[in-house]
This record gives sequence, C-alpha cells and structure tokens, in this order.
Amino acid sequence: MKIKVCATETENSLYKNSFYIEGGNFSDAGTVSTRIKSILKNIGLPNDIVRKSAIICYESEINIVSYARRGKINLTVTPKTVEIEVVDEGPGIPDIELAMQQGYSTANQQIREMGFGAGMGLHNIKSYSDIFNISSEVAKGTFLKMIINTQ
Amino acid sequence: MDIETIVKKLNLKVRSASDRLKNNVTGGYTGDLLSDVMANSHEGDIWITRQVHQNIVAIATLKEHAGIILVNSCEPATDTLEKAVKENVPIMVSNLPAFELTGKIYNLLAEKK
Ligand SMILES: Nc1ncnc2c1ncn2[C@@H]1O[C@H](COP(=O)(O)OP(=O)(O)OP(=O)(O)O)[C@@H](O)[C@H]1O
Ligand SMILES: [Mg+2]
Repeated sequence: MKIKVCATETENSLYKNSFYIEGGNFSDAGTVSTRIKSILKNIGLPNDIVRKSAIICYESEINIVSYARRGKINLTVTPKTVEIEVVDEGPGIPDIELAMQQGYSTANQQIREMGFGAGMGLHNIKSYSDIFNISSEVAKGTFLKMIINTQ
Repeated sequence: MDIETIVKKLNLKVRSASDRLKNNVTGGYTGDLLSDVMANSHEGDIWITRQVHQNIVAIATLKEHAGIILVNSCEPATDTLEKAVKENVPIMVSNLPAFELTGKIYNLLAEKK
C-alpha cells in the first residue's frame, strides 16, 4: 500500500475529511458514498475494504436522507483502519435494540416505494464493521462509529 | 458473457450506455429491496429489478454491477436515465417478469461455464 501523509502526525491519519448530507434529498442520495468509495480506492486500499466501507457509508447516508434533517460522515483513514463516523441532527432512535433488528423499519410509504425500508441497513452496517457503536438521543440525533481493520 | 449477448438473446431494449455493452457479466442478482441488493449482490452482476427511480444508478455504480435490467417493460424514470447516462451505467428493459428473466439469464450464464 502506498502511504501519503496528509494530516497531523499525532493522529497518524493518512486521510481525514467530512462529507455533508441533507435530509430528505433523495435525488442526491448516494453521492457522498460514491465519493468516499473513490477516495478509498485512490488511497490504494484493498478491494474488499473499499467494498465494505462503501456499503457502510451508503446505508448511513440513506438513513440520514430518510430520517434526519441533516448530517455528516467523518472519514478517517489510518495505516491500520478506516474509521467512519456518522453524526446527524434528527429525531433520534428511541429503541436502538429494536431498530437494530432485521426487518424493523419506520420508513414511510414514499420511502418504501423506492425500495428502502427493509429494515436491513443498520444490521448490514454492523455486520460489515469490525467495531460498531451506535448511540442516539431522541429529538437530537444519532451517532454511529464504525471501524474497519485494514490489516 | 458480455451484456450484448444477453441483449440479443433475450431481446432487451437498451436505454443507456449502449457503448458499455461489452461489460462482462459474471453473475446476477434479482431484487427490489435496495439494502438487500446492496448487501448481497456482487461486482460484475447483472441486476434484475423493477425499481425505476434514480437510486438504482447509485447502487449499480457503488456495487460495480455490469448493468441493470428492468422487468415487466418498466421504463426508467427521466432522472434515472439522465444519471445512468452520466455515470455510464447500462440500463436495459425486458418485457418478461423477474422470475422468467432471471431463469433465462441464469441458464445463459450456466451454459457458458
Ligand atoms: N439516522 C437515523 N435517525 C432516526 N432514525 C433512524 C436513523 N437510522 C435508522 N433509524 C431508525 O431505525 C430503523 C431501522 O433502520 P435500518 O437502516 O436498519 O432500516 P430501514 O432504513 O428502515 O430500511 P433499509 O435500511 O433496509 O432500507 C429505521 O426504520 C428508523 O426507524
Ligand atoms: Mg436504512
């Protein structure tokens, strides 16, 4: 792997950036994930890492578009990991355990008509991550942190 | 097998990226639930669906699908088509329902092996 240092030495990150996502905007949905995927590819990460990261980002992005007012993805690549933080301002998740269950969804009719709302997104995010953390505050927002080991 | 062979054998109508019909098809996935397709389809798959809205283009791009075939003569929405042209994603239309189309493509790919 080629290593280009473009951030502070102390944090030891190879790449760090934030990507902003607007709630409700389905016509741009997927743009941020597509960008992140090509950034990770350009860094020279292995294909399976790029693929996992793309799935995690896409499902996170769609959840912001579907449920939150606005949010962002903080991407940090270190020599050993890809870290993906997802922060949004929105209604939050009242029962996280329930939301994590496959098949549970509160997606409305409009969202379901587009093929979202299978209740699989969070489960997929978790299963493609090596470390998965979720927290949420009702009426404030939701926070996800995923780490994918690259070595 | 390339997309062009499948287009000819199954009489598909090509709606976008007709210059990409040499894309190699290594498998296929049938589904209308986007997070299922996101999680379980593979690079090089031909994706068979009846979803016509623009989010299918982002998924096919992210998953590096060979192309998308819409079933039951469903046509892509206008903005879907615009995106597919921009992203160079081949979208085809079949008059068959998903079950029949999937079976036919499955057999074509199996014959080849
Ligand atoms: N960022 C978020 N803000 C508020 N609620 C959320 C958020 N993300 C998920 N949820 C809640 O958790 C549920 C499950 O989310 P998940 O992504 O697993 O499935 P889905 O979005 O309903 O369907 P799918 O992702 O399969 O299209 C959602 O229906 C929603 O109620
Ligand atoms: Mg979701």
